[in-house]
Amino acid sequence: MIKVENLYKKFGKNQVLDGLDLQIGKGGIIAVLGPNGSGKTTLIKCILGMVIPDKGSIEVMDTPIRRTWKYRSEINYMPQIADFPGNVRVRELFDMIRDLRQRPDRQEELVELFGLEPHMQKRLSTLSGGTKQKVNIVLTFMFDCPLLILDEPTTGLDPAALIRLKRLIREEHSRGKTILITSHIMEFVAEIADEVIYLLEGRIYFQGSVEELKKMTKQKNLEHAIAALTTTTADA
Amino acid sequence: MLKILKYSFYDLMRSRWSYVYFLFYLLLGFVLLFLNNDVSKAVITLMNIIIVLVPLIGTIFGIMYCYNSKEFTELLLAQPIPRRSIFLGQYLGVAGSLTFSLVFGLGIPFVIYGLFKSNAIFDFTLLLVTGAFLTMIFTALAFNIAISNENRIKGFGYAVLLWLFMAVIYDGLFLISLILFEEYPLDNFSLVATLLNPVDLSRTLILLKLDISALLGYTGAVFKQFFGTNAGLVISALMLLMWTVLPVWRIVFVAKRKDF
Repeated sequence: MIKVENLYKKFGKNQVLDGLDLQIGKGGIIAVLGPNGSGKTTLIKCILGMVIPDKGSIEVMDTPIRRTWKYRSEINYMPQIADFPGNVRVRELFDMIRDLRQRPDRQEELVELFGLEPHMQKRLSTLSGGTKQKVNIVLTFMFDCPLLILDEPTTGLDPAALIRLKRLIREEHSRGKTILITSHIMEFVAEIADEVIYLLEGRIYFQGSVEELKKMTKQKNLEHAIAALTTTTADA
Repeated sequence: MLKILKYSFYDLMRSRWSYVYFLFYLLLGFVLLFLNNDVSKAVITLMNIIIVLVPLIGTIFGIMYCYNSKEFTELLLAQPIPRRSIFLGQYLGVAGSLTFSLVFGLGIPFVIYGLFKSNAIFDFTLLLVTGAFLTMIFTALAFNIAISNENRIKGFGYAVLLWLFMAVIYDGLFLISLILFEEYPLDNFSLVATLLNPVDLSRTLILLKLDISALLGYTGAVFKQFFGTNAGLVISALMLLMWTVLPVWRIVFVAKRKDF
């Protein structure tokens, strides 16, 4: 599904991605983890073509993505901070994205699921953080695409919405989709992810299942396993 | 690209500032016509205002829009749209809506007053065309500044400086150099210097069409000889076009290589 080879990216003096190699197969929920500033968002943005790497190649569905944009119609991306143009109404935003994507969607169903009907006529700047995140979720899940990239999807959600989000992710998973998630909430990751990728200083430090990670670090739960991973690397 | 253009255009047309800008020109047009009672005279007064105001508004609107629509741009970047379309669409949306306000704001009062029956129709059209060009040029320059500067305060500073330089400082330097080198033949120098600044170029272009160029003396005659002819008009139009195309091209060039 995604193949990244020898990826380098520097912002100023800060080497964010340092020769990163990564292969992700089709289907499955993959959690991209790592301490703050380890390059998770940069990696995702490179895959999306929002950040242009200094060196290296990326293939999405067997096509190199350099200088192309059409492959993005097969990706649903949920950005980290739901920053939308403030003076646009929720309904207008949905209409606009639908107009741009031109494919079948299930907006109505999702709007109902997250209880957004009362907000449809409101301007985005007047919405609370959690509601914006729900809008973000609807925008991400309303199209049927083989690849989903979710950057910190749980931010600001209430428990009920979180349960619905998890159900939604599982549903997409059962349809054979590839879902890439970054999160700092380990409970969420442990519950949902099939595979974990641990990024450190711009490289892949660990890639494997949650079980393998626990075995490797000799810890009983994921949170401690990740913490152990972070401290052992800090000591090294 | 047309879709992005459409959304940017609507977004701007709905904003309060576009109305203010439109109403300002509407009011200006009516007031000038009432005070002057003469279309040709109103065109001259209008020119003096347009030459200074249009670049200022283009610059400020352009830079404000760029910084304010940052979220919108980032949302679009993750969609299956080429970058060129996103930025060109936004640029044309801003430049288009500003030109729209200018042309209709001024056009309506002049048409009501009887523009089509007066012989100033060519002058007035020239005024609107140069106004449109200035809008496009300065909006493009503002987009360039915004795309190269992440820091908003810096960006605003540069934008205002750019306007100040083009509208005021350039003329000052031009005049000083004319005085300093007055012993040398300066007609060609001043001709080139005029061509290089879109504000000066527009001003000269309109002035010379307005039959008041006799007031300009000998240099005026040289200018009239150049700008008054069809070749001069074509060269001036080409220069204005260059001033539009080059910054627009740079927007696309930089946008394609930028990280978001």
